[in-house]
Amino acid sequence: MTARRILLAAAAATLFATLSAVPALAAGDVGQLEKQPINLSAIGMFIAFVLMTLGITYWAASRTRSTSDFYTAGGGITGFQNGLAIAGDYMSAATLLGLSSLVFAKGYDGFVYTISFFVGWPIILFLLAERLRNLGHFTFADIASYRLDQGKIRTFAAIGSLTVVCFYLIVQMVGAGQLIKLLFGLDYNVAVIVVGVLMVVYVTFGGMIATTWVQIIKAVLLLGGGILLAFLALSRFGFSLEAIAKSAIAAHKDGVKIMGPGTLLADPVSAVSLSLGLLFGTAALPHIMMRFFTVPNAREARKSVFYASGFIGFFFLIVCVLGMAAITIVGTDPQFFEGGKVGGKLIGGGNMPVMHLAKALGGDLFLGFLSAVAFATILAVVSGLALAGASAIAHDLYARVIRKGEATEREEMRVSKIASLVLGVLAVVLGIAFEKQNVAFLVGLTFGVAASVNFPVLILSMYWKGLTTRGALAGGIAGLISAVTLVVLSNAVWVVVLNNPKPIFPYEQPALFSMTLAFLVTIIVSKLDSSASARAERDAFEDQFVRSQTGIGAAAAAKH
Amino acid sequence: MHSPANNPVYERVRRNPKFQELVRQRSRLALILSAIVLVGYYSFMMVVAFAPDLLHKPISDESSLSVGFPIGAGIIILSWLLTGVYSHFANGRFQDLTDEITRETLQ
Repeated sequence: MTARRILLAAAAATLFATLSAVPALAAGDVGQLEKQPINLSAIGMFIAFVLMTLGITYWAASRTRSTSDFYTAGGGITGFQNGLAIAGDYMSAATLLGLSSLVFAKGYDGFVYTISFFVGWPIILFLLAERLRNLGHFTFADIASYRLDQGKIRTFAAIGSLTVVCFYLIVQMVGAGQLIKLLFGLDYNVAVIVVGVLMVVYVTFGGMIATTWVQIIKAVLLLGGGILLAFLALSRFGFSLEAIAKSAIAAHKDGVKIMGPGTLLADPVSAVSLSLGLLFGTAALPHIMMRFFTVPNAREARKSVFYASGFIGFFFLIVCVLGMAAITIVGTDPQFFEGGKVGGKLIGGGNMPVMHLAKALGGDLFLGFLSAVAFATILAVVSGLALAGASAIAHDLYARVIRKGEATEREEMRVSKIASLVLGVLAVVLGIAFEKQNVAFLVGLTFGVAASVNFPVLILSMYWKGLTTRGALAGGIAGLISAVTLVVLSNAVWVVVLNNPKPIFPYEQPALFSMTLAFLVTIIVSKLDSSASARAERDAFEDQFVRSQTGIGAAAAAKH
Repeated sequence: MHSPANNPVYERVRRNPKFQELVRQRSRLALILSAIVLVGYYSFMMVVAFAPDLLHKPISDESSLSVGFPIGAGIIILSWLLTGVYSHFANGRFQDLTDEITRETLQ
């Protein structure tokens, strides 16, 4: 098979790129974060991970024949496996590094953040998972356009997905580049290119089967690494949380204040807007929604959310323990501070406490392991994103809108592969272009757009009979414009990027305002819509409702 | 191609009393569980915003840990257990009911 030969060649090329970069890069230091010395054990373990996942991709390639295999692994993933994969999608490098460093820096406030990240899960299961699974085939646009205008709503939903995918890809690419400079001692561009190439290889050849297994392996490694690190940390304190707390109070500059809420979330509007964005933004991330279509039936879909929330909750609690332990172990050790000044700037920046903790407790080998896992995490998340983007292009835009369902399976597969290749190139180019930018605003945008553009149409199409095409389009556009405008006027862009003295929009996350506006506009425009097509759309709700509740008709539809 | 308006199969399902029962009971469960999670979480956030001192209190007089930690961990663990409750009923009784409805409709 030529596909296999290309796959092997790509594998060889990637490994060669990684290896050949090692000696060449020992020399200079470029970019924002300073590059650390080359870490051979980390690179070694990462290469082991890559080889294993490429092996899986090779196996998956032989099983990826139809579009259903490509988009949803043919529905052949069990609930437990899918639970791990969802957890993997959710436990990104940002949660491991970001949440632990927040607890390290702010104590309890970091814990509150962690809780806010978590509570969306049960809500997704109670209100969405069932209906998503019963109505959708491959993409979120399948559901949004179920009884609405195929051309308009599908195009709009696909564009919404692609916007979210692109923003999030940039965040991940820039994160990968910075992290690799720090952890592996490799050049930024090398990291971005390696991530781009591997992502394209996984997705084009292995489709959803490979993407899922990469995510599962990574989730297991991350959970295992986290548990081991927590075990080592706890053993320092005689396995007593009380002792960790006591010593953290003594070591932290804020003393006993870290044991309760502080200033971070003191403003309730800010806290509510952030939690809405996280909660409903997560529910409407295209690469998370896709996961509900990879299991054979609704039963497995529910199980997978139960397992996923268990893994995520457990992992988040561990991350908090790690953050608290790091206050003492990392926060009082001069070797982790620039110039050896305890309480000064952490080597590698504010996101590094958990990495330093790994070094303090498990030496260079454990640091290498955790670094490799962090990189693998980014790789797994971008693969999921690329697959979601490719399906929006190939399934929604090409097969359904442009070819109006006349495309053959072969043609659709070809387009999806070209699409993932294009997304890979785009991700690399954007990743390099954004190297020097502060991309924090893109995280706000990703979740803001997902919560304000994708979520309202998704939930209303399933729950509200009155939704019409005009209403969905008007509301979606209102959500998109308001989310983007508010982020531009917020601190992350107005002050950090555009150098104005004060933000016009004082909050970090626009969801409270943009999502509310999107819902209002959608509902008002739908109510005012008295066209004949609107009437037909309302009438079609009853049948859609039966299917969303029972799944009758879903199995046949999944085949197309 | 989708949404065949008023498909006779779906019409038959709608008239099945078991379907009405399924929808009523499952929606009620989902709403109650969502309410527990959301009310619990947003009450917690209101305490964080308006009465943070309540969470600063130590667990006992000698303890360094504040009551905020077990409460926070409790929210995470309770939310997770509720997904278990939902899955238990949805995969048990409600799934059986769904299977019955499907069988009766498609025979």
